Amino acid sequence: MAILAGDPPIVRPRTASRGRAMARAARRAPLAAIVILGGLTLVAIFADVLAPYDPTMPVQGADMFDPPVWMEGGKWSAPLGTDFQGRDILSRLIHGARVSLIVGIMGTLVAGGIGTALGILAGYVGGWMDQVIMRVTDAWLALPALVFAIFLAAMIGPSMWNIIIILGAVYWTRYARVVRGEVLTLREREFVKLAEIAGASRWRVIKRHILPNVMNTATVLASLTVGVVIIAEASLSFLGVGVPPPQPAWGLMLSEARPTLMAGQWWLTVFPGSCILLIVLATQLFGDWLRVKLDPQLRNL
Amino acid sequence: MAPVLDVVDLQTHFHTFGGARVVKAVERVSFTLHEGETLGLVGESGSGKTTTCLSIVGLLPRGARIVGGRVLFDGDDLTRRSQRELRRIRGRQIAVILQDPMASLNPLFTIFRQVAEPAFFHQQMRGKTLKARVQHLLKAVRIPSPEWRMREYPHQMSGGMRQRIVGAIALAGGPRLVIADEPTTNLDVTIQAQYLDMLKDIQRDTGVALIFVTHNLGIVAKMCDRVAVMYAGRIVEQAPVRELFDAPKHPYTRALLGSVPKLGSKEPLYSIAGQPPNLASLPPGCAFHPRCPEALPRCASDEPGDFPQGDGSVARCWLVDHAAARA
Amino acid sequence: MPPPVLEVRGLKKHFPVRTGLLGRGGVSVKAVDGVDFTIGAGETLGLIGESGCGKTTTSKLILLQEQPTEGAIAFEGKDLASLGGRDLMAYRKAVQVVFQDPFSSLSPRMRVADIVAEPLEIHTDLSRAAIRARVNEVLLLVGLQPDVAALFPHEFSGGQRQRIAIARALVTETRLIVLDEPVSALDVSVRAQIINQLEALQRTLGVSYLFIGHDLATVAHISHRIAVMYLGKIVETADSDALCTRPMHPYTQALFAAALPSHPDDRPADRVIAGEIPSALALPTGCRFHPRCPAAMPICSQVEPALKPREGGGEVACHLY
Repeated sequence: MAILAGDPPIVRPRTASRGRAMARAARRAPLAAIVILGGLTLVAIFADVLAPYDPTMPVQGADMFDPPVWMEGGKWSAPLGTDFQGRDILSRLIHGARVSLIVGIMGTLVAGGIGTALGILAGYVGGWMDQVIMRVTDAWLALPALVFAIFLAAMIGPSMWNIIIILGAVYWTRYARVVRGEVLTLREREFVKLAEIAGASRWRVIKRHILPNVMNTATVLASLTVGVVIIAEASLSFLGVGVPPPQPAWGLMLSEARPTLMAGQWWLTVFPGSCILLIVLATQLFGDWLRVKLDPQLRNL
Repeated sequence: MAPVLDVVDLQTHFHTFGGARVVKAVERVSFTLHEGETLGLVGESGSGKTTTCLSIVGLLPRGARIVGGRVLFDGDDLTRRSQRELRRIRGRQIAVILQDPMASLNPLFTIFRQVAEPAFFHQQMRGKTLKARVQHLLKAVRIPSPEWRMREYPHQMSGGMRQRIVGAIALAGGPRLVIADEPTTNLDVTIQAQYLDMLKDIQRDTGVALIFVTHNLGIVAKMCDRVAVMYAGRIVEQAPVRELFDAPKHPYTRALLGSVPKLGSKEPLYSIAGQPPNLASLPPGCAFHPRCPEALPRCASDEPGDFPQGDGSVARCWLVDHAAARA
Repeated sequence: MPPPVLEVRGLKKHFPVRTGLLGRGGVSVKAVDGVDFTIGAGETLGLIGESGCGKTTTSKLILLQEQPTEGAIAFEGKDLASLGGRDLMAYRKAVQVVFQDPFSSLSPRMRVADIVAEPLEIHTDLSRAAIRARVNEVLLLVGLQPDVAALFPHEFSGGQRQRIAIARALVTETRLIVLDEPVSALDVSVRAQIINQLEALQRTLGVSYLFIGHDLATVAHISHRIAVMYLGKIVETADSDALCTRPMHPYTQALFAAALPSHPDDRPADRVIAGEIPSALALPTGCRFHPRCPAAMPICSQVEPALKPREGGGEVACHLY
């Protein structure tokens, strides 16, 4: 048995067939959600081009309360009908997508940014900072979100950016809680301890070790709360403190159409309502898929 | 005497990524086990030893299936049994001891309740008989003062004691076969020694057949009568324990034996080149050939069969076939 | 004679545990209770013991993760307690660690190049190019191709990850690496690779190791000297060969007896000790090992034995000698 100690060989790591794995993952992606979200994003970006009419002006050649084209009295010039001012519903829906998406995404980013930052500080620095941040979070959570948002909107006045900031300020708490929990676990992981032992400054550890590893959780949380923010914006618009008219927003359309529900002009409420439903459903499905995809344990089944 | 367990050409495959990837975790594994005998199932991670055991008791995870072969327990083919029937056999005839005692014990129930459970369900013991049985079992696994210990909870005991309680639960149903999957990995060295001695004594007293799954050749040397060395889902060598240590036939066995440090010797360790195999993409021919220092040209294309040797060992290697042919 | 790389004198670490009403009668867990040892250049000291012996806490003290309750740690002759900020950073630069679990010791979202380069970025002002060059150099030293530097940890096996961890531990011209069970979580066939690699690196670079382990055979193989710990104290130290030929302390003998045989016919002396390791909150009086010791004498429960010299350049703390 001529076996001697040799120097271990120079090794290359195994090369996984990443291309094939990615193709397989793509096949199971939530096609419907991606199509809806992608479509709405395109619609929002190209709203000016896609919308047949100016959403704030009545349509020439159409009356008020025209029904959708497939119903009696409907016209092709306003395929989804017109509202109480004679404005084209389709154009208003298209422009409304812009508001929903911008507020939804930006609001989530603001909330996520604030919440993640505070969560990391609370979790990693600990001590009194943790206590302070957590008590603030608790207090904030005790306030009912929507009421608080309305209050703030009434205080600082409605405009698109104000609404974004308000929603961000209302919804950061869930990020803070979740991220803090994640950071508490991460802090005990060996690679973080190794960095500390090597003499890394706190800031360095946060930037290079903690933050990248909470991004997964934060991203999934974000994709799931976009829906919540969109509904919140719609609620604010519905209550009249959202993005101010004449800029169309789906919630505002619902609000304006409230009197017509009983009168039978269903298209004024059903279409905007369906849009809200669709976008929230799409973001939830997407967020769910993302969660499974980013969780290594669930990924392979 | 008929064997307690006879595994014939067992094949278990994992289907992942929605069936797109098949991992052949266990590939034509065969061995027999008689009463009072201890078989060591030796291998590293990915060798298939744990999957083999799970296949025997029907506890395979999602995505895994037995696709071939038979598992004859006292002549009865377990692969043909439903989960319901297997549930009656598990715990009563076949018991399993796992690596992490905390995972095997329910933190909410007393020791008494957990040790009594198999006897309660499988043998319908009640009352005083049941209590006596539990005390007897706890004494057998050398738990001191069992009368009041059995009213305690798992978290009140040390790791070594918990592992012994898991052993008591395993024995409670009066099994014919116990499968122990690396039960001492998390135990301190001296506790491990006590535990292994205890297992040996119990086996001597009850005649239970034992499959000991481990990657530690020292445990094999201490506990086992026969050894099956697994690599990439196959048994590459099977032999009585002395023959395995004195005259290993397969290059992997030789390499393993050479790579373990021996107490008191500073001889350089043999290190096996390369990495453990990726079961999803095995090389053609013999699964070990890329790392084998004695590989023949044939090894890269043909997978070897089982070649029995004169001393009771069987090796799946072309080298020993050549030796036989030359002789 | 240059001073030893590391010298530890009278090191103690007590963790207070508040018991009793009103915090009176405070009891502490004496995790490390008076430990002395030295490590010379290019030398490996093995630290062996079972749970609760204090070897993990000792390594934390050396790595400055904990502050000692008493005692001194001297690095190249200089007492750490007297070192200021800059010198302390120099200590961190020269003393690194490799942990047991290869799957959690590498930051999952950083590339290997960044992981290995991090100590350099913290401690030096080298340019990007110089850092890359040094990273490639240590990767080669541990047996990895430099082009793996662009990959992420999850693409490597356990043994390869430990190599990356070792590379990281070496990158700043380290003088001492604390190896905390570096091969326990690896497959058997890979352990030999890593142990051989560590020994080769020591021969080439002259780096010292503090090798903490629970497997006697592995520790004895790689260490020049071994210290046996029990419940916070070192009970015996000796050269590796001398210890294996003649273990003197009954606990050491028990460890040897409990060690697994390397052949079915190996029958170790039957001195498998009974009982469990006592709780650190209720330490036995006198010699801490006496309740489990087969050779206990009356004096053992009253007086704690002091370390006395033994053959093979070591010490043993036992009333038998």
